[in-house]
Amino acid sequence: MVEQQIIIAGFGGQGVLSMGQILSYAGLLEGKNVSWLPSYGPEMRGGTANCNVIISEELVGSPIVKEADAAIIMNLPSLEKFEKFVVSGGNLLINSSLISEKTSRGDVKAYEIPANDIANEIGNAKVANMVMLGAYIELTKIVAKQSIIQSVEKVLGSSKGNLIQINEEALKRGAESVKCYK
Amino acid sequence: MAKDLMKGNEAIGAAAIKAGCRYFFGYPITPQSELPEYMSRELPKVGGVFLQAESEVAAINMVYGASGAGARVMTSSSSPGISLKMEGISYIAGAELPCLIVNIVRGGPGLGGIQPAQSDYFQATKGGGHGDYRLIVLAPNSIQEMCDLVMDGFDIADQYRNPVMILGDGTLGQMMEAVEFNEPKKRELPPKDWATTGIKDKNGKKRLISSLFIQPEDLENHNLKLQMKYEEIKKNETKFESLDVDDADIVLTAYGTTSRIVSNAIKALKKIGIKAGMIRPITLWPFPYGAYEKAADSAKAFLTVEMSLGQMVEDVRLGVNGKKPVYFYGRTGGMLPDQTEIVEKVKKILGGEI
Repeated sequence: MVEQQIIIAGFGGQGVLSMGQILSYAGLLEGKNVSWLPSYGPEMRGGTANCNVIISEELVGSPIVKEADAAIIMNLPSLEKFEKFVVSGGNLLINSSLISEKTSRGDVKAYEIPANDIANEIGNAKVANMVMLGAYIELTKIVAKQSIIQSVEKVLGSSKGNLIQINEEALKRGAESVKCYK
Repeated sequence: MAKDLMKGNEAIGAAAIKAGCRYFFGYPITPQSELPEYMSRELPKVGGVFLQAESEVAAINMVYGASGAGARVMTSSSSPGISLKMEGISYIAGAELPCLIVNIVRGGPGLGGIQPAQSDYFQATKGGGHGDYRLIVLAPNSIQEMCDLVMDGFDIADQYRNPVMILGDGTLGQMMEAVEFNEPKKRELPPKDWATTGIKDKNGKKRLISSLFIQPEDLENHNLKLQMKYEEIKKNETKFESLDVDDADIVLTAYGTTSRIVSNAIKALKKIGIKAGMIRPITLWPFPYGAYEKAADSAKAFLTVEMSLGQMVEDVRLGVNGKKPVYFYGRTGGMLPDQTEIVEKVKKILGGEI
């Protein structure tokens, strides 16, 4: 059975929750079973935010991710909090633009992706999340890039044509950033 | 219709509007505020009324009024807010008015916390308000089932002239899953010939909606009539799902979000050769006691898992009726039961350690 259980975490405002939604929606577009569960609480911009995403060929059991196949980590507090949830041999994607520390886990596949730097090069700091997502789907192939793009159109609305383009570029650059690890 | 990805709270709103609900009275509270927010945006588009009341007490009495006039109406809140609504809920049950009440439960008691819990089970199923009344309590475990039960819930309320409660929790309110809106099974709904629409009855009598019966004989008769209705509901509406119960050594019971954690635990138990099954009540009242009759003979033990410190377990004990031991595992205050801890607990029970 193909299933990915993912934790996405970072500051509020980094697009952590929307990244999870875009990924879930892409799974749904491909006819997979998906769940998206956000952390909620007295949170605000600059505070921490995270979500659990499950994409599966079977019905999703518990939507709570305790043993993550992958974690996408956008800031340092999230690395410290969530690296322990990744299963041995799982993927740990670290936003190295904001995190200079290394993971303390020696048994996971760690990828350092300078997501903010890449996003700035493309010309929109806000697409750092999409750079990470591009890297993630390149590594796992859990959904096709095209589904992510369709999903972005759905979430942003098709009138934002220019934003689609920059998101597409971010996905591509993210994918390229992890090719050197193979 | 293609499936859409929706947040639980919003899906409840969408399902309610599709079911013909046109009136919503409420007051915001985490973790259900997306529901009134959705209704405030969407109800005016279909000619409905959204009203944020000055308090939960006011909101539930607005529900009483709208339902009395024959409208399809709902309210929603989370635990502390539902406590405030309890007086009105008892009046609505007493006056036999149909409505839908949503409780997206958070940790208690008191102001408690804002994370998911199931500690309002007693309040939902055993009263909460005063008097010999019952709510029909529906407990979905997915966003899809939540939509289905909301749509059917309005019909159930109309069929029996009884308030229906959807008992969710913060996880179900906040999470997103795929949904599609399916027409519920068709029910024969009686005409609302009791509604106070300004029309007099055929015999020229004014219609009156009240829960006041000052003569004890009258009040006893009213209560006996309610009990007859509750018996009918027990017979017709009890609903549960059972998973691998027949050959199970241990039968777990869980509802809502917890049932999904338990289903994962059952998979893990199977991998180590332990035969475990689950009874998942979908109606918490009426509780599916009957589901335990056969299971109490075939299984060795029972385990109830809840996000509380032991409420539904009392109903499981009534169902098992002393035939086998009934154990409990729960987390509370917004903490979620852990799959591995459930597995460990089962191993201990079957190993005779507890």
